[in-house]
Amino acid sequence: MALHFELVTPAKQVRSEDVHMVVVPGAEGEFGVLEGHAPFMSTIRDGVLQVYKSEGGTPDEITIEGGFAEVGDNGLTVLAEKVDEGA
Amino acid sequence: MASLKELKDRIGSVKSTQKITKAKQMVAAAKLRRAQAAAEAARPYSERLTDVMASLASKVSGDSAPKLLAGTGSDKRHMLVVVNTDKGLCGGLNANIVRAASAKARELQAAGKDVSFYLVGKKGRAPIKRNFEGQVDQQFDTSQVRNPGFEEAEAIADELITLFEENKFDVAHLVYPIFKSALVQEPTVQQLIPVPPPAETGAASGAMVEYEPGEEEILEELLPRYVKTQIFGALLEIAASEQGASMTAMDNATRNAGDLINKLTIQYNRSRQAAITTELIEIIAGAEAL
Repeated sequence: MALHFELVTPAKQVRSEDVHMVVVPGAEGEFGVLEGHAPFMSTIRDGVLQVYKSEGGTPDEITIEGGFAEVGDNGLTVLAEKVDEGA
Repeated sequence: MASLKELKDRIGSVKSTQKITKAKQMVAAAKLRRAQAAAEAARPYSERLTDVMASLASKVSGDSAPKLLAGTGSDKRHMLVVVNTDKGLCGGLNANIVRAASAKARELQAAGKDVSFYLVGKKGRAPIKRNFEGQVDQQFDTSQVRNPGFEEAEAIADELITLFEENKFDVAHLVYPIFKSALVQEPTVQQLIPVPPPAETGAASGAMVEYEPGEEEILEELLPRYVKTQIFGALLEIAASEQGASMTAMDNATRNAGDLINKLTIQYNRSRQAAITTELIEIIAGAEAL
């Protein structure tokens, strides 16, 4: 029961791991992605991506700019132009 | 016959040249590894983007397609985006790129098209300006940054897209070398704008995909990003190619310098021996005369 999550920028693959849930700041509102989500594509506004490693845990926050999210059979892929993990 | 001193000086100067080429070769080898790693790291992003583009582009077609995909409707004015290096000492790399670009330009001109250039990098400017006077519209300077990265690609792409939207050209081609190995860099010409629809990979899952906002809006946002990624890829390829070509060229130069030093040393020793022999003969002759 895990969601495969990948975060990729033009320069490198930032993350590739199994997580519980990711909350993505979609262009038309935030959405959470759990395992088994229906195939879905959305543009992302600049904002904070919340990665929940486990249920109920505190999320890792990653600031992204210029992004695009794709949910497919192999999990969630977020393409972003700029990523700041420090935030 | 050059004098002993002259020969000695020449050996010295070739030696210091050899030192430079050797240093440059080692630097290039180290940088090549880094450039290759960077090119490798950029691959997942462009692969994903290409996949998404392929699945989207096949869905959105016809009149509703954005201009970047559909084109302006004519193909009269062509723009060649030529990516060169900023520094020399890399063998025939830039010459090859310029040759590929010129060949493409002539081909287009022969077909009755207008051709203009957008130059990236310093090295291609002079020859292209010489051959195609008045057709160089813009250039982008990458010589100020150590490693041209995504920001530069973004700036170039933005400028190109603006030009496209202002209807300055109809079709843009990207000319850059593909890094095959340290020995082989192949100049390629690739259509950049309008974006050629990527071939469907066939792996598209039959599942219904939901789009937010809509397919067209997403496509419209992704197209400029796709152009950026293409240019970024070209910048990475040129970086790897430059170091690869430089390494090979400098390896050759170092070897040539070594050969030259050997030849000069032999010549130097022969002349020295000849001089000593002459001197001895003179002394002996002088002694015998007494």
